[in-house]
Amino acid sequence: MNATTAAPRAPAKDAEKDASMQKQKAMMAAHYDRLTDAPQSGAKVCSTFVPGNLNELISCFGLLNNLPEVNAIQNGLRRVSGQFVLEAEKIGHSEDVCTYVKSDIGMMAKGNLAPNGKKFPNPDVLLLSYTGCFTFMKWFELLREQYDCETIMLHTPYMADGKITPNMLEYMVKQLKEEVIPKLERVSGVKFDIDQLRERLKKSAQAEEDLVHVLQTARNRPSPIDAYFGGIYYIGPIFGAFRGTDDAVEYYRFLREEIDARLAAGLGPVTPEGNLAKEKYRLVVEGPPNYTNFRQFWKMFYDEGAVVVASSYTKVGGVYDFGFRHDPDRPLETLAEYCLGVYTNRNLPMRIDMLVNYLEDYSADGLLINSIKSCNSFSAGQLLMMREVEKRSGKPAAFIESDLVDPRYFSAANIKNRLESYFQMIEQRRAGARSVA
Amino acid sequence: MSPAAMKTFVGIDLGSTTTKSVVLDDSSQVIGRGITNSRSNYGTAARVAGEEARVDARFTLFRRALTHAGGLGGHLREFMAALERSFRLEQFTEQLGDLERTCLGQLKGGRFTELEVPLREALGEAFRRLRAEAPSLYAPGAKRKSDFFRDIAGSRFYTHAEAAAREINFPYEVVLNCYDKSILEVENRPPSGNLSDHFRCALARVLAVDQAVVGQAASEVQSIIEDSLALELEETYLVGTGYGRVTLPFSKEHIRSEILCHGLGAHLMYPRTRTVLDIGGQDTKGIQIDEHGIVTSFQMNDRCAAGCGRYLGYIADEMNIGLHELGPMAMKSERPARINSTCTVFAGAELRDRLSLGEKREDIVAGLHRAIILRAISIISRSGGVTDEFTFTGGVAKNEAAVRELRKVIHENYGDVSININPDSIYTGALGAAEFARRAYEGGAIPEAGP
Repeated sequence: MNATTAAPRAPAKDAEKDASMQKQKAMMAAHYDRLTDAPQSGAKVCSTFVPGNLNELISCFGLLNNLPEVNAIQNGLRRVSGQFVLEAEKIGHSEDVCTYVKSDIGMMAKGNLAPNGKKFPNPDVLLLSYTGCFTFMKWFELLREQYDCETIMLHTPYMADGKITPNMLEYMVKQLKEEVIPKLERVSGVKFDIDQLRERLKKSAQAEEDLVHVLQTARNRPSPIDAYFGGIYYIGPIFGAFRGTDDAVEYYRFLREEIDARLAAGLGPVTPEGNLAKEKYRLVVEGPPNYTNFRQFWKMFYDEGAVVVASSYTKVGGVYDFGFRHDPDRPLETLAEYCLGVYTNRNLPMRIDMLVNYLEDYSADGLLINSIKSCNSFSAGQLLMMREVEKRSGKPAAFIESDLVDPRYFSAANIKNRLESYFQMIEQRRAGARSVA
Repeated sequence: MSPAAMKTFVGIDLGSTTTKSVVLDDSSQVIGRGITNSRSNYGTAARVAGEEARVDARFTLFRRALTHAGGLGGHLREFMAALERSFRLEQFTEQLGDLERTCLGQLKGGRFTELEVPLREALGEAFRRLRAEAPSLYAPGAKRKSDFFRDIAGSRFYTHAEAAAREINFPYEVVLNCYDKSILEVENRPPSGNLSDHFRCALARVLAVDQAVVGQAASEVQSIIEDSLALELEETYLVGTGYGRVTLPFSKEHIRSEILCHGLGAHLMYPRTRTVLDIGGQDTKGIQIDEHGIVTSFQMNDRCAAGCGRYLGYIADEMNIGLHELGPMAMKSERPARINSTCTVFAGAELRDRLSLGEKREDIVAGLHRAIILRAISIISRSGGVTDEFTFTGGVAKNEAAVRELRKVIHENYGDVSININPDSIYTGALGAAEFARRAYEGGAIPEAGP
């Protein structure tokens, strides 16, 4: 065999997308248009975060929901977050600060343009409805300084003992009644209507039912979905500005039909490179993805025939697959339970339980952790979790490192090297198991 | 396969600094090892290291055959050393000829045309002197700092070319320029000529010079060597590993991650190994393996290559000393400096800063070694800690000061642990790759192309 240099690679073709992705793209575009048209339409805007977002409540007041993390993700995917991060560092934010924050601050400094090229409106209210991420609090402090607008904080107790107590619920409902709702009424000028909230919660539950169905199709072999890379598309509407709307109900029904059709046809997931023809490895992934090199990152899995069958990141805006649904009969309590139950508000043993459960339930080969340099909310404790999951499941785990939207922390060669090693490690263990059998 | 062919299994580890090759026979015995600079041309590096390993394999076959035939009456070791020196001299002379021809080829046309006559004279004289002293470079007991042609020929060429140029009052820089353009070409091709002929010439020289080391009838030795040379070494299956593996035109079946290769290689060297530390040029890896050499967990440095082998390289460059001199210098230290940063980029600044504060060179270097090891230990602990036995591999395992610090830190943190360091530890990854090749073939994998 002659060792000569390989031929250069062909340029990347256009990413393949299925119909639900196109539909979502149109929904997102319409949402951004609504936001950027707000000064003309007179709509008021509420900035809030994905985990624990109270979209049903916000929309009861006719407020538009603007999510800074989603904007940062959009900027990461469009490969403009790098310049925003640098801009924020120029202003004085250190290298180690959460890169969602820096992308957001940098974007504001550079004209605050939405993906449609028009200027984002200034928020009328900042609603911090989830305090499991300490950075969120500081982030809104910075935004409050900038916009000088109303700020509402709903304190979510951490699930340190792994359960929601009646006290916790009472505490949160009290805050909703005495703090959140009155302030939202004041900002919007709209009186709170609990029946309207019930209606929206009913729609949420319906969409949630379909989302869970879709995510659980990954129990099949081959899995018709990728529950991490593809999963990020699937959670878009429900974690963002659409939960509790007819749009979301329709999207998830459509998605469910689409995925059921793939399942019936025995197809694997759609990826930007095309259909995954042969499923070789089934993984559970913990941690957010990297967005600046999203397609390249996904391709590393695609090239090896690796499918993610369950992921914790797709639970960051709400954990539905263990039975929770928004309950129209207990409107405020259910909002409290939703905020309390998001993935990063769960203590480490609960997260470990979830991952072990996924490994078994989805017949996965192992666990992969993508540890995010600038997200302590996710990353703290991950190595310990990994060891425990390995011990309890007996399945191999691996650890890679990157960042959310800072391209400087994505080292393709290093990540690829670790991923390949991990896949070969799984292969080697399978071969070892065969030879012992 | 012809009846006189032997199946061999080749592992190539394309590291960032050096490329290593190991050849195994079908019973997993190492018969050859080869190493060369990676020189950012992995195709060439793989070819050169592979050729070196095949040469080494021939020596193993000679040794085996001669042992079988009685061991030359107790002179085998001496004879093999003489034969190897003679063979190296043969190869050196061959490459020197190539270098001279390449230099002279530069004279026609181009920038050297006007200087052709004096330049030809200076080159001719320099090469004549080099050839004349070549036997002394390979004499018994002669010390060479490197076995790479470029290093040996280069240092001696500078001396002779400078003298030759001065004697005819010709600018030395021009001769050097001509050499620089040529050496790249020459080092990027393995020595030409027929290998078997080189072995024959080498043998003839040994037999002519010192019959005493043979201890057996010359004709008999010649016939044993000829029989060994007649045996074809069939490259039955090849596996590539290391950072350069992606640049090679091998399909996935012929490629393994270096983490798996280091794990398996360490297991083959020391079967009771459970934890492996590999410090290479740009990677530090902590690997946990089971009783079969199967990787159960691993961690490596992320985006930053702080504290890897290359770091020591920079330090040596900054101090204007050879890489191999760093360890001995650090061993002289009595009060190692306390150094936290192992950033390769800031290595020079850190060094100069401390020198300006009056710290001793050996104390600084000892501190740097400790800092590297502390970083490596942090990677190991993230991979699951140290379990007995512990095997240290990679280029840095050759550094005595790094080893001393490692022993100390392991003892402080994990108590009594057997620490294995093989003299051939630099070949661990290539060894694992070669064993993967052997197992793949044994398991029915079909090689993609013949050798």
